[in-house]
Amino acid sequence: MSGPIELTGAQAVERVRAGELSAAELFEAYRSRAAADADDLNAFTWVADGAPADPVADAPLAGVPLAVKDLFCTEGVPSQSGSKILEGYRPPYTATAVAKLATAGTTLLGKTNQDEFAMGSSNENSAFGPVRNPWDRERVPGGSSGGSAAAVAAGLAPWALGTDTGGSIRQPAALCGIVGLKPTYGAISRYGMIAFASSLDQAGPFTRDVTDAALLLRHMVGQDARDSTSLAFPGEIELPRGADLRGVRLGVPQELTGDGIEPGVRAAFEATLALAEQLGASIETCRLPHAPHALSAYYLIAPAEASANLARFDGVRYGLRVDADDLLGIYTQTRAAGFGAEVKRRIMLGTYALSSGYYDAYYGRAQQVRTKVAEDFRAAFERFDLLVTPTAPSVAFRLGEKVDDPLAMYLNDVCTVPMSLAGIPAISIPNGLSDGLPVGLQLCGPAFSENRLLAAAHVLEQALAFDGSAARA
Amino acid sequence: MIDRAQVLHVAKLARLALSEQEVAQMSRELSDVLGHIEKISELELAGVPPTSHVIDVVNALRPDEPRPSLPRDVALASAPEPLEQGFGVPSPGAS
Repeated sequence: MSGPIELTGAQAVERVRAGELSAAELFEAYRSRAAADADDLNAFTWVADGAPADPVADAPLAGVPLAVKDLFCTEGVPSQSGSKILEGYRPPYTATAVAKLATAGTTLLGKTNQDEFAMGSSNENSAFGPVRNPWDRERVPGGSSGGSAAAVAAGLAPWALGTDTGGSIRQPAALCGIVGLKPTYGAISRYGMIAFASSLDQAGPFTRDVTDAALLLRHMVGQDARDSTSLAFPGEIELPRGADLRGVRLGVPQELTGDGIEPGVRAAFEATLALAEQLGASIETCRLPHAPHALSAYYLIAPAEASANLARFDGVRYGLRVDADDLLGIYTQTRAAGFGAEVKRRIMLGTYALSSGYYDAYYGRAQQVRTKVAEDFRAAFERFDLLVTPTAPSVAFRLGEKVDDPLAMYLNDVCTVPMSLAGIPAISIPNGLSDGLPVGLQLCGPAFSENRLLAAAHVLEQALAFDGSAARA
Repeated sequence: MIDRAQVLHVAKLARLALSEQEVAQMSRELSDVLGHIEKISELELAGVPPTSHVIDVVNALRPDEPRPSLPRDVALASAPEPLEQGFGVPSPGAS
């Protein structure tokens, strides 16, 4: 295949700007592919009919289409966070991250499939059905932003937006062989993102390469009066340059690179550490003593916040309603019919952790563990510029393989949740193939170190020269 | 171990109707997950302050000035039962 689909986002921006490619032709090339995908990967929940009539000219990303995870509210466009309980909901406003990228010139290509309310690591918990992995259609794309990851990997979109609460950008990016970035908590406004766990949720880009990730991120960051937890990004996001890692101190946390990492993923990880050393980085083992407890803390904090956030879905103001004789019956029956199994499980877990008599033992302790996890990272970053780990302990697993075993599913997030709890930025880049399936490499740095992170990821990306074109065939 | 009575109590708090099958399943699955999570009880955490939020922002307030909000018809457009310019529900005391 050739033509516009083979261009990265940055290349497409240049072609459109130079007048070598029309925005309409580019949009239609992707729109027709996205619209034809319904019976294949099931990556989209909604595809635009056409490009907007009045595209923003002279904007930095003018005329390049963007796929957006379903949970970003988009005015007049279906936005239901993968849930039946928001059936038919078309929000009256647009999320800040989406609005900023529209101002930068991107055009809305479609909304992407996801695990319901972003709860899942396989994209099997969606009211729209599972998403398939473009590298092997019998396997999961990862989750919760599985639709965005599959769409970018398969060339159904040049780039996409996702959200990451405990790994929901990085893990699907790894499993689909693309780049996924979770920025520093607060760097991008959460306004208009249908909430899962508010102290952890963060928007970020899915792209084919690191340069595209930097380019999208540049136009997403910034303080927003509508999100009181957003912060001004110190400085500008730079496009990564540089050809080596001289002087970069990389730490390899023992706790996230040991047991549980499957052999193929480990082999790829170790090979890339050797490559990084050749490129001039210094590499040393380090400790994150509380990281083994991060998953437990996460699976208390995130469900606890979710149980509160999802209380708003009660059949009164929007979405599904199941009628009953009294108000309480409407609440309980609407929620019973509208939420899927995993969402119910997390609401129950979170409600339990917050309930009288258990609060201190569960939620309170989890918040203390969170403090220790963040302290571990702070200590590590006194000695290291960045830490490096595998993104996920395995390559993409088979559809249905873990769906009946919540604990096994949760263990997919073991390498990604510590950074989420600490609120620090992390990126996953393709790290080759194992048995024909993509492996991910994760780099993380201190809060607001995105430029450093992107620069190092770019150097490794150039040296690894991963070829993802097979997934776009 | 989360028993049936606890599952029903928590479901009531969560305003969630569960089928008999879901009650049994929830009891088993939550017990499994909590069994794993219990490991954090082994940690020595006395005196460690809790973290509810990672960023150092306290009370981000905007000026207390009136500004336009969503028009009423727009806010009601997605409602299952718009009623007399509000959200219709059965009387809470109906039964």
